[in-house]
Amino acid sequence: MKRDPIYGMMAEFDSAQALMDAAKRTHEAGYQKMDAYSPFPIEGLAEEIGFHHDEVPLVVLIGGIIGGLTGYLMQYWISVVDYPINVGGKPYHSWPAFIVITFEMTILFAGISAVFGMLALNGLPMPYHPVFNVPRFALASKDRFFLIVFSSDPKYDPAGTRDFLKDLAPRSISEVPS
Amino acid sequence: MDEPYKTTVNAERAPVIEPGYTFGTVTEKISAIVLTRPASNGWFLGFGIAFMLTMMMLYAIGYLFLKGIGIWGDTIPIGWGFAIVNFVWWIGIGHAGTLISAILLLLRQSWRNSINRFAEAMTLFAVACAGIFPAIHVGRPWLAYWLFPYPSTMGVWPQFRSPLMWDVFAVSTYATISALFWFMGLIPDFATLRDRSDNRLIKMIYGLFSMGWRGSARHWHRYETAYLLLAGLATPLVLSVHTVVSFDFAIGIVPGWHTTIFPPYFVAGAIYSGFAMVLMLAIPIRKIYGLEGFITERHLQNSAKVMLATGLIVAYGYGIEAFMGWYSGDRYDAFTLWNRLHGPYAIPYWSLLTCNIFIPQLLWIRRLRTSPLALFLLSGVILIGMWLERFIIVVVSLSRDFLTSSWGMYYPTRWDWMIFIGTIGMFLAAMFLFLRILPAISIFEIRTLLPEAEVKE
Repeated sequence: MKRDPIYGMMAEFDSAQALMDAAKRTHEAGYQKMDAYSPFPIEGLAEEIGFHHDEVPLVVLIGGIIGGLTGYLMQYWISVVDYPINVGGKPYHSWPAFIVITFEMTILFAGISAVFGMLALNGLPMPYHPVFNVPRFALASKDRFFLIVFSSDPKYDPAGTRDFLKDLAPRSISEVPS
Repeated sequence: MDEPYKTTVNAERAPVIEPGYTFGTVTEKISAIVLTRPASNGWFLGFGIAFMLTMMMLYAIGYLFLKGIGIWGDTIPIGWGFAIVNFVWWIGIGHAGTLISAILLLLRQSWRNSINRFAEAMTLFAVACAGIFPAIHVGRPWLAYWLFPYPSTMGVWPQFRSPLMWDVFAVSTYATISALFWFMGLIPDFATLRDRSDNRLIKMIYGLFSMGWRGSARHWHRYETAYLLLAGLATPLVLSVHTVVSFDFAIGIVPGWHTTIFPPYFVAGAIYSGFAMVLMLAIPIRKIYGLEGFITERHLQNSAKVMLATGLIVAYGYGIEAFMGWYSGDRYDAFTLWNRLHGPYAIPYWSLLTCNIFIPQLLWIRRLRTSPLALFLLSGVILIGMWLERFIIVVVSLSRDFLTSSWGMYYPTRWDWMIFIGTIGMFLAAMFLFLRILPAISIFEIRTLLPEAEVKE
């Protein structure tokens, strides 16, 4: 499959509010495949560009369950099956003594799932990305806000999308090569 | 507390951030410390001293490996000497970092955003210092990995009914989660440094660590979810860590250790000493790097109030210990109390009460809570007091337990002192490097506090 030489059309905004309004209008205009970039998290922005399914909590839940089971079963198997040893007459299956490590393993696995799950779902690490081809995009980590409409959007056409973005009063518009 | 800016109207309280900053100036100001500001002579001097202390520690540890722990003051009956005292002290200091980054995040205390980054760094370095002690205390440190359950050819497994095993899991989980939390918070700031740097190599290094972060709204959404969940996980974790550390004592039957008050009072003491360390670091850092606009009087005041509150919980813990010594009717417990007050370790015990309970009551005075110098000195006193607390718990109880014939005294040797002071050097050396390599204040979280970050849907 030949890759589209153009990744999308990008508009730059001055403020978080301008980006929010622009994202809302672009989405309402029928564009589906778009993204917004900001130097800090903006509440509600992801919803404006049509992002509704955040799977991170599920990943963390699964990680936590696996961790808890691993912790408990490991202790059970070691203390009861593989290496039963009588310590002060305590039962081999001393479940109250196993709680602490079960708890710690739950937290450990859930925490690792949270960080690596977030990175994996975000497709990171990704050293190269087309948006970095726009020199002004370096400001996205400082004080500028960007909106992009991907060329894969069915409604995308180079001239029409540019005109549409122009109406949103951006600071600059650039075509993003992929 | 949702809107940090509304509170600035209240003339009583200092703002979280001085007014007048923008996204641009915040970014420039914090990233300049790392990217453009040359290292001063003071930095080299401070780092040099800390580095030499680290070398002294390595020398002492080297000699320890050569000779064995006989070079320490540990004897029977006091088999737990400085190593455990210092371990508990350092782990406790780390707790404030997690409290600030996780618990205050869940409580929506926006003032935490200015101090969470270096408090988390403090946590990591403190845990690293703490981790040294149990490892070198096992006598044959090259076998310290036996603590972990791994399928060995010897066919033996660790003993999971022992609180020392719980401690291995609690502390290593704590270290891992703290490192992940810290790294995750740094990712967007690595991206900022990548984009700000002019040097190709430095750009590449920060670029690698930033994982290609580009600030996409979808990414931010998942990022915030993960961050919040991690905070929710770290909160019970941090409370569990010092609880488990206190189990090392409380599960035993030694008089003065076998009490149910230990877990809460250890946790409170940990936060108490941790905030003291936060202040001892924050006060010079804000002064030297001109960060008074981000770490304002408000932060100092709030930290002082946390210290006052946790200090009172600690005082309550001492009170209950004394009360139970009398009320339980157990003659050994009663003797432990008498021994603390009048025995051979009476001077450390009274110093502990002075440092941890009497002097910190000065924090009730507002003028002292807003004076950086007074807070710096008080924090130093509290850190000494909290170290003495662990010394009293470990040494006094062991020195005189049930049998008079097995009583003894503990005298730390110079090797004990060299390793202890050396870890302080290692901690400071790591802090000095951190200040020059990573943004000491979370840039993206400060941006969210600015008035221009407010967005209406």
